[in-house]
Amino acid sequence: MLILLGVAVVVAGFAIGLNPLLVVVASALVTGLLAGHSLVEVLSAFGKAFNENRYVSAAWLILPVIGVLERAGLQERARAVISGFRAVTLPRLLIGYLLFRQLTSALGLTSIAGQAQTVRPLVAPMAEAAAEARGGPLDDERRESIRAFTAATDNVGLLFGEDIFLAIGSILLMVGFLAQSGIVMEPLHLSLWAIPTAIAAFLVHGARLILFGRKIARGGAPEAGQ
Amino acid sequence: MIKLSLVYLLAGLVFAAYALLSVRDANNPKRWRNGAFWGLFALSFLAGDYLGDLGNGVLVLALAVIAGIGKLGQGAPAGPTPAEKFGSAQRLGDKLFVPALIVPAVVLFGTLVLKHVSVSGQPLFDPKQTTLISLALGAVIAVIAALLLLRQPLSAPLQEGRRLMDTVGWAALLPQMLAALGAVFALAGVGQVIGGLVTTWIPMDTKLVAVAVYCLGMAGFTLLMGNAFAAFPVMTAGVALPFLIHRFGGDPAVVCSIGMLSGFCGTLSTPLAANFNLVPSALLELKDRYGVIRAQIPTAVAMLLINMVLMYVLAFRA
Repeated sequence: MLILLGVAVVVAGFAIGLNPLLVVVASALVTGLLAGHSLVEVLSAFGKAFNENRYVSAAWLILPVIGVLERAGLQERARAVISGFRAVTLPRLLIGYLLFRQLTSALGLTSIAGQAQTVRPLVAPMAEAAAEARGGPLDDERRESIRAFTAATDNVGLLFGEDIFLAIGSILLMVGFLAQSGIVMEPLHLSLWAIPTAIAAFLVHGARLILFGRKIARGGAPEAGQ
Repeated sequence: MIKLSLVYLLAGLVFAAYALLSVRDANNPKRWRNGAFWGLFALSFLAGDYLGDLGNGVLVLALAVIAGIGKLGQGAPAGPTPAEKFGSAQRLGDKLFVPALIVPAVVLFGTLVLKHVSVSGQPLFDPKQTTLISLALGAVIAVIAALLLLRQPLSAPLQEGRRLMDTVGWAALLPQMLAALGAVFALAGVGQVIGGLVTTWIPMDTKLVAVAVYCLGMAGFTLLMGNAFAAFPVMTAGVALPFLIHRFGGDPAVVCSIGMLSGFCGTLSTPLAANFNLVPSALLELKDRYGVIRAQIPTAVAMLLINMVLMYVLAFRA
């Protein structure tokens, strides 16, 4: 029971706005110590796990090319392209991106788009341009909420698309876990049952994008980023 | 065989360059702090396997202290003005999209084709890490293409990469730190304790209650741990297997699949899923760190309710 204090440290640390890196280290130390390990043991376990998870941060190798492209004017070009298509409204653009992200993730192509690869350099500037083409210049508040919604759309598309792919990590985890529990399951069955939720997610988030687009066009109080 | 270690070497060299450029950046009042932060990150990539577990632990501690007590600065490499960028965008036109498309094209080619290529009996890419290796390869090819095609200065990739890296700041490290925290939680058995609490205190007499407990538990647990993968074994062993599958005869494929997707509703709502929620806020330079989460919560709540209905309807259809 006491080790749950480690979880409490995380919740409290985030709630009062401490730097998350410090919160995570503090939580790891508290959890490990309360579980009866020595300080050296906990620090070693944490360091070992950190080293083994370096692949998580290796994805930052994408930034130099994004930076060069931004320097050469990629965001400005993305804006110009969208301003040229009057038919591309903010909701249409983001619903299209949602569909693209869900379909490609369902095919296992989760890494061809993402927050650093596509959202910051392409989709967010396009979304802002699409809103500006209809409603004129954006104030800071609306610009923030458009960016936040664009990032959210990428996440929703990814999370509610990837489980349709057979060989994604979560499906393999489920197959492995069920096999240990004596239930033999084909990955295909698990991935098929991800489809109803994926369709529902497209409808729910798509509807929210339409409402969001109307709100932005009216210039009303934005829903996100307040 | 191209392994992950080669990607780590590349990442280490790039971060080492960020560190050097940071220290030499007179426009950044915190240049030494930034230099130390990216320098230690470089050390982790270059020498992590030789530092020992305790050495790595001390390194993480140092990284957290450098970024957490006092703030990192924002590097400001000399670059074009907004007007110059606008002119560049007009001049280059759709050529600008070519390098941007090279990355996904290489990832696609890598995961579909190169994954199966062998050179003298050895696979070309480490089969377990094809995606990340392809992504790194794509990033390198795209940088070269951008330099040649768009005539950018040779210093641009590292200087502009550093500018973006400083924009992300400490948040860049958080996903990896949280993965390590997950390992400590697992070592201490946090999951089992929470799972035990849920199953001890809630009577699961009906299908409806069991479905609700499993879906809400997956989401809530993910909210606290930041990762649906950590929640799945605990909640499935504690609730789904004994109640939903064995007692009520639910279809395990439906139960597990929708259970995992309920966990993803938690992923959308927690700062602990940093790479989904906090990293984009930093990348998009939002004033509100939780802006992305706020935009996602209504979708997450609706999807959690829909998942419960879907599981109730689909799992017991026989």
